[in-house]
Amino acid sequence: MAEEKMNSDKMWVTMGPQHPFSHGLWTLRVEVDGEIITDAEPEVGYLHRGWEKECENRTYNKIIPMADRLCYSASMTWSHLFCKVAEEALDIEVPERAQYLRVVADEICRIQSHLMWLAAVGTDVGNLTIFLWALREREFMLDLNVRLCGQRLTTNYPRIGGVRNDMPYYFERDCMRAIERFEKSLWDIIRLTDDSSIFVGRMKGIGYITRKDVANYGITGPAMRGCGVDYDIRRDDPYDAYGEMEFEVPVLKEGDAYSRYMVRIEEMFQSCEIIRQAMKKLESIPKNAPYRLKVPKCIPEGTHMARIEDPRGEGLMYLVSDGTESPYRLKVRSPVFVNVSASKHMVQGVRIADIPAIMAMIDMCLGETDR
Amino acid sequence: MDMSLYPHAVAMSADEFMSWSSAMINEMLSAGTKRTVDKLTGPVWAWAMRNSMHPLHFGLACCAIEMAAASDTRYDAERVGMIYRSSPRQTDILLINGWISKKLRPDIRRLYEQIPAPKWVVAMGECAISGGPWYDSYNIVQGLDQIVPVDVYIPGCPIKPDAMIDGFMLLQKKIDAYFRRGVFMTD
Amino acid sequence: MSEDANIIEKPSRDDIVSLVKAEFGGKVEFIESTKKNIKAINEGRRLFMKADREVLHDLAKYLHDKLNFEQASSVAGVDWVDHMQVVYHLTNYCTSMVVEITVDIPNDDLHIASVSDIWEGANWHERETYELFGIVFDGHPKLERLLTPKSYEFFPFRKSYKLRGQE
Repeated sequence: MAEEKMNSDKMWVTMGPQHPFSHGLWTLRVEVDGEIITDAEPEVGYLHRGWEKECENRTYNKIIPMADRLCYSASMTWSHLFCKVAEEALDIEVPERAQYLRVVADEICRIQSHLMWLAAVGTDVGNLTIFLWALREREFMLDLNVRLCGQRLTTNYPRIGGVRNDMPYYFERDCMRAIERFEKSLWDIIRLTDDSSIFVGRMKGIGYITRKDVANYGITGPAMRGCGVDYDIRRDDPYDAYGEMEFEVPVLKEGDAYSRYMVRIEEMFQSCEIIRQAMKKLESIPKNAPYRLKVPKCIPEGTHMARIEDPRGEGLMYLVSDGTESPYRLKVRSPVFVNVSASKHMVQGVRIADIPAIMAMIDMCLGETDR
Repeated sequence: MDMSLYPHAVAMSADEFMSWSSAMINEMLSAGTKRTVDKLTGPVWAWAMRNSMHPLHFGLACCAIEMAAASDTRYDAERVGMIYRSSPRQTDILLINGWISKKLRPDIRRLYEQIPAPKWVVAMGECAISGGPWYDSYNIVQGLDQIVPVDVYIPGCPIKPDAMIDGFMLLQKKIDAYFRRGVFMTD
Repeated sequence: MSEDANIIEKPSRDDIVSLVKAEFGGKVEFIESTKKNIKAINEGRRLFMKADREVLHDLAKYLHDKLNFEQASSVAGVDWVDHMQVVYHLTNYCTSMVVEITVDIPNDDLHIASVSDIWEGANWHERETYELFGIVFDGHPKLERLLTPKSYEFFPFRKSYKLRGQE
């Protein structure tokens, strides 16, 4: 038996923490037989800081910018989630103007995160033009972030009880212009990718997961919707003002990497639609309506839970509070943590060169995986 | 180079070649050639090395997103000569942009030692400078200078891409000063 | 999608309460939430349970097989100093219902049955809870350290481990 193992043609290759594909700091050890992969073992933890334990050492207001740095690509959704769980603990409902502002900021964050993903996908499969085109569009979304929240990336915009500030002057005009411009240029980018047989050929037909496995592995988000599960927390478990928005949730049945890619592109269009509806609604709410409630420093005892639709999947926070200024325990459920654990099954039977294309479709952001 | 003048150089073993070339160098040094050559080529080296800084393609955390944004069309880091390379053997600069966990510490040291000299290290962001917001963590190294010697610190959390280009122009001055004194024949 | 003939795809909240009570009797206790302003609770999409340690694996299997709770959203550990607790969150896609199960574990016997044979998604969550709290999940295929380096021997998230700045 030992001789068989020694003489076999398989070997373990380490695609180490420093690697050319631009998604995060992790290791994927694969067992290859020639070029075909027979087994895989992901290894994470290079960015572990003990975020949840550090939260026990901070007051609730100080955790909001820390939550931004959980998933740095889509930072608004994580601080939004933290404020949601704190508001659930205080049992308050956020004023209407703040709800719509949060929706707008969330969707801008979603578009910006998907554009960063698109740029990284381009570099991974070899199409370097998309890197520049997608990042150029992303800069306009980041400009909107700067106008609304003050910072490009880790925005620190929501507060417990509302948002940090109201819209600045002429924000509706800037936002509408940016959205219209973005929709036209997204068509240009799509023409660059869909008409390229190399791009499509690299993604179609690899990385299959069946619908039953998707639920079992706990994969959520666009990766799940590309496999046929019709579930989106914004529509099915609505929070803030999402109950009043009308938008479609793109779902595709094929289950390969290409369908996950198409789902995200369509989501960007739907986000534009949501922002339009939210801005229209904001015009009808009076301008001096409150956008932030005053909340006490200490949060009452109890256990509380909140969920949100992050650009990468389902984010969940579980808070145990004990009546003091700091949380007793704050657990973060990150969608990428579970998606990466399922990568072992997704890369079976493909070549090494297909790994970047498959992993790109999970859209890894290792900050929230390792916490 | 016309190797026909030195037929014995082509057929030498490694040891013989080393002793022959060091004998030649000692002759040139005693004649004062080194100083002339340094004066002539120093500025040329400095111009070439400072305008072709090749950092390592190593993205850790939030500042890595801004590093990617620094190479996009608005901030264009390539105009200062930065092209990212994937293999550490082909780079000059180790660019650390994120918090450093204890699991990553040996890997950073190994990458630093894999980069051939002369090399520089740039610490981007508060986490790489001194641990940043994670000052009380059990798993975070409080600053990059505990592992490798750092040349340029770029503050910010996350840094603005303009600040990164500014930091690299500062590094250009440092590279310029290193090469201008002349490094002909220095190992 | 349902191979089992008696799986209920869209169980309502009362269905779940009555079926689980009938199956498990006094070992599972339902907790009513006192919050008034939370949309998800008012619309009946949350259910809070407290279960005994012995009955957890059967309860999880029952929820997965009969009541179509297809996804294990998270497995968390909590350190109350005199005992530990594991909290499970399970989701049903069709009705968007989230069930929270809390299980108490005594400090001198930190073992609990693993649910990673029912939901593969709970695999890494249980590994993480093991390495941060020290709770051993019996039946887990590979209970090793995941996030922290392999040479660490302490359990960081226990209250007995103090960070810099905590006294």
